[in-house]
Amino acid sequence: MDILVLLNALPGACAQGLIWGIMAIGVYITYKILNLADLTVDGTMCTGGAVCIMMMTSGHGVGISLLVAFCAGLLAGLATGVLHTTLGIPAILAGILTQLGLYSINLRIMDGKANQAISVDKYDLLVSLRYIKGVAFTKNTIFVVALIIVILIALLYWFFGTELGSSIRATGSNENMARAQGINTDFNKVLGLMISNGIVAFASGLYAQYQGFADVNAGRGAIVIGLAAVIIGQVVFGKISENMAFRMLSVAFGAIIYYLVLQVVLWLGLNSNDLKLLSAIVVAIFLAIPHLKQQHFSKPKNKGGAANA
Amino acid sequence: MLKLESIGKTFNAGTVNEKVALNGLNLHLNPGDFCTVIGGNGAGKSTMLNATAGLWPIDTGKILIDNVDVTNMPEFKRAKYLGRVFQDPMTGTAASMEIEENLALAARRGQTRFLKTRITKKERETYRELLRTLDLGLEDRMTSKVGLLSGGQRQALTLLMATLKKPKLLLLDEHTAALDPKTAAKVLETTDKFIEKDHLTTLMITHNMRDAIAHGNRLIMMYEGRIIYDVAGEEKKKLHVSDLLEKFEQASGNEFANDRMMLS
Repeated sequence: MDILVLLNALPGACAQGLIWGIMAIGVYITYKILNLADLTVDGTMCTGGAVCIMMMTSGHGVGISLLVAFCAGLLAGLATGVLHTTLGIPAILAGILTQLGLYSINLRIMDGKANQAISVDKYDLLVSLRYIKGVAFTKNTIFVVALIIVILIALLYWFFGTELGSSIRATGSNENMARAQGINTDFNKVLGLMISNGIVAFASGLYAQYQGFADVNAGRGAIVIGLAAVIIGQVVFGKISENMAFRMLSVAFGAIIYYLVLQVVLWLGLNSNDLKLLSAIVVAIFLAIPHLKQQHFSKPKNKGGAANA
Repeated sequence: MLKLESIGKTFNAGTVNEKVALNGLNLHLNPGDFCTVIGGNGAGKSTMLNATAGLWPIDTGKILIDNVDVTNMPEFKRAKYLGRVFQDPMTGTAASMEIEENLALAARRGQTRFLKTRITKKERETYRELLRTLDLGLEDRMTSKVGLLSGGQRQALTLLMATLKKPKLLLLDEHTAALDPKTAAKVLETTDKFIEKDHLTTLMITHNMRDAIAHGNRLIMMYEGRIIYDVAGEEKKKLHVSDLLEKFEQASGNEFANDRMMLS
């Protein structure tokens, strides 16, 4: 076990973590703000990449390709949103249905092939695993993605502070209250799901460029990685501030930590085929912690309950 | 102000759990009426309020608020006419949002929400003044999360939110039932104050017959999805709890002994 091997792999892990950080911010919007578990992202995490790569290989620029990838994500979110609200299907099932449907759509986008490659030498990519070392600082993938995250968080922070954004947060916090205050909760849920999946598809577009190919299985287990990032971010940085911009930033850091830990585990000799099992176990443990804490470690406390006004 | 015309609502129709909740209910509230509602469990009090608020479609009948037919209007659109306070203090506010954010949400009831910044400085000052009138010290905690407040504080805040934009109709669904007696009295006092200030047309459900008599200018008693007793003005003022019990026994036959519908 050569420590240099690990050190060499860390910048790459960091870049991957950042890209998944964008994806995790998308998951944060549904899971934390809207209080919905949206499994659509397992499909969208492939769709964005597929759209982006196919657009680029047919001669479009990287900017427009990423934009169209984002829009594809919006559509996927719209599908889940309509299934959930208009047709009354539980959110988890609605997400699974869209995800399953997307598998076929993703294959169609990629001309029926399971993966589509893009060469970093022939195309002007925004990010790539080749842009980690030995490139100009402004072209470095870590810098580029970090910059994108900062802009994304600034945009989202502004948006969720507006009247419309606040009403989305109210929808996630208390649906009955939201409706009593004249908020169209169905519309807000659809909008939230669209934004979330748009961001995930955008991250997917970046990830496909980074890897140099779009793959029909790229999204498998994406929701678990996204949740892992959200939860790690919350556990590690949660006590520092309740500010929403900070929360989203800690989600991105959560994704980086996740990938760094993964890298270390691989370096320690774990078979990469076992990674998904490991991820599932880690996320299960972190999800269980709050529950177990409450059940076994909480002492009866005198809470300022309904009795005193 | 409010017209309910032969409202019918049956839950779980066609199953063994079929329950006729509203059975040809008629009610007409004049502007400025403060009407208290009493009745036993399952009499249809909450169902009447929920039908008015539009939680689900009704089976038969028509609902008019200020002469606007809202029978087929979805809940969130109807909200523009209504202020609502619920029995559960958790229902009326968003716990994970700040006090001033909750107020800002309520201030925009009935408006389209766009990308404007949510709270202006001037608004914040207005909220501070209004919170001061509650006399709970909330004016100094405007950026606290509502989840940190007690049940009584949350109910008072919900009341403020419900009346922030003057509603055509204020719906109070046993909004003091989950509070301890002292807090309940205080919230009721605040309720009276708000209603008086804006001459709000109000429907207030209560389990407490004394409160039902002491508050408002009109009282209705419900039984099996209908109004069985409707009294207003001077006649209402002279009522005693014993009168109400008697009325109830008349209406329900001899059922009262094993259906203690209301507390003291």
